[in-house]
Amino acid sequence: MSEKFDVIVVGAGPAGTSCAYTCAKNGLKVLQIERGEYPGSKNVMGGVLYRKQMEEIIPEFWKEAPLERPVIEQRFWMMDKESSVSFGYKGLEWGKEPYNNFTVLRAPFDQWFAKKGVEQGVLLINETVVLECLTENGKVVGVRTDRPDGDVYADVVVLADGVNSLLAKQLGYHKEFRPDEVALTVMEVINLSKDKINDRFNLEDNQGCTIEIFGDSTKGNLGTAFIYTNKESVNIGVGTTLSSMIKAKLKPYDLLDYLKTHPMVRPLIEGGESAEYLAHLIPEGGYHSVPKVAGDGVLLAGDAAQLVNAIHREGSNMAMASGTMAAETIIDAKKRGDFSETSLNQYRETLYQSFIIKDLEKYKDATHTFEHYPQYFKEYVPMLNRAASKFFTVDGTPKKEKQKEIMKSFTSERGTIRVLQDMYRAWKAVK
Amino acid sequence: MSTKTIEEKQYLVRFKADTKSHLTVLDHDICMTKCPDKICTIFCPAEVYKWEGLRMQVGYEGCHECGSCRIGCPYQNIKWEYPKGGHGIVFRLA
Repeated sequence: MSEKFDVIVVGAGPAGTSCAYTCAKNGLKVLQIERGEYPGSKNVMGGVLYRKQMEEIIPEFWKEAPLERPVIEQRFWMMDKESSVSFGYKGLEWGKEPYNNFTVLRAPFDQWFAKKGVEQGVLLINETVVLECLTENGKVVGVRTDRPDGDVYADVVVLADGVNSLLAKQLGYHKEFRPDEVALTVMEVINLSKDKINDRFNLEDNQGCTIEIFGDSTKGNLGTAFIYTNKESVNIGVGTTLSSMIKAKLKPYDLLDYLKTHPMVRPLIEGGESAEYLAHLIPEGGYHSVPKVAGDGVLLAGDAAQLVNAIHREGSNMAMASGTMAAETIIDAKKRGDFSETSLNQYRETLYQSFIIKDLEKYKDATHTFEHYPQYFKEYVPMLNRAASKFFTVDGTPKKEKQKEIMKSFTSERGTIRVLQDMYRAWKAVK
Repeated sequence: MSTKTIEEKQYLVRFKADTKSHLTVLDHDICMTKCPDKICTIFCPAEVYKWEGLRMQVGYEGCHECGSCRIGCPYQNIKWEYPKGGHGIVFRLA
């Protein structure tokens, strides 16, 4: 492997493959290196893939990609021990072209996507770990792999090596993450027949539903749980920041079983057969945790650059968009014949002007706020449940009196001023 | 049936274990003398770490390669590498 490439892409997830695909399509010589047995074998996602960013790479991908169900309903539960306050949106327009998002299983999906790259001319090498970036006078000129004689060279190396981002850390682009910058998430794929899924989730064939669950799903810790419907299985998972997990001394798999046996959840998965168990970290540090994304001969994309919007569960779409932006910069840099940091900073500028960094900036204080003030998950969710129960229980009390009592119960527990402070703080964090 | 224990969960996963561990506890004395909680034995989603009274047993063969132990160890006492190419966990579905 001593020949030189235009681009080496490390990783065959959504960021890496988007970049490799676009570079190859534009005539560049691309080597893509994946450490797993096949693309997707190391990758985990709850399961929602957004149509928009994928479609910009492969138009009408839904006609051939291995997708599960188009999501037509998104539900949100504020769950307490034996109750839940819920809201959501169901719209049949999401079940028709061009769709909004789909549930997917990543192992088949990532393999399919990487194959599309190979069809464009990408040279994909699996089962190969990139140990380090090779540098000359501070410029990245290639990578060292764990294969014999495994040094390979290129004008640009794209690090799309996922959340652990070991290579960017070696380059000093970011420090080791703190436990409050990552969320540890575990999930199970549970097989259920199509009929049961349709009945239990009020769906028809080729209609999907997502449920995000806050509150008791994480025992009040900062995080969420989710249930996503596939064709003949559901993905059910739960995650909290690693720091919350440590502080509360939670075993993640115990939390998952707590969720699965929760009276609000159990009937949905009753009788299902577990098919796979998966654990993964999600980079949730947001805006403040985004590292340097461009250097001499090197770019960072996707999870490796911490591009995840935890509030809106967007990650793979940001990975795809950033991978594509990286590719566009490389194509332009090739025309300029200049792969210096100054030239590659075009990527940084594009990224920072796009929805990706704008959205991360909008929520830049959200995780820190909710981590620092646990009352939102620990106290307000149960309070909301008690209020709903009180309001909807018919017991002869006039409604006006009920409202008064509910308002009083809110403020008596935390005090009026503290409640107002909490509301203002939460609004500021997400406004 | 849906799983109830971590052993049952791990049984669902395909692993292609290398002969050499990609996880190394750098100094077992630190676990013993400085780390009463041995928090890695709690938060590790695959129960890779088990305290055996004098040293930390590392069942790297069942590792999901999530990275939590590297970030969560309060003493940065875990050297964390990727398993050799093609080895380690092999997710088949999600």
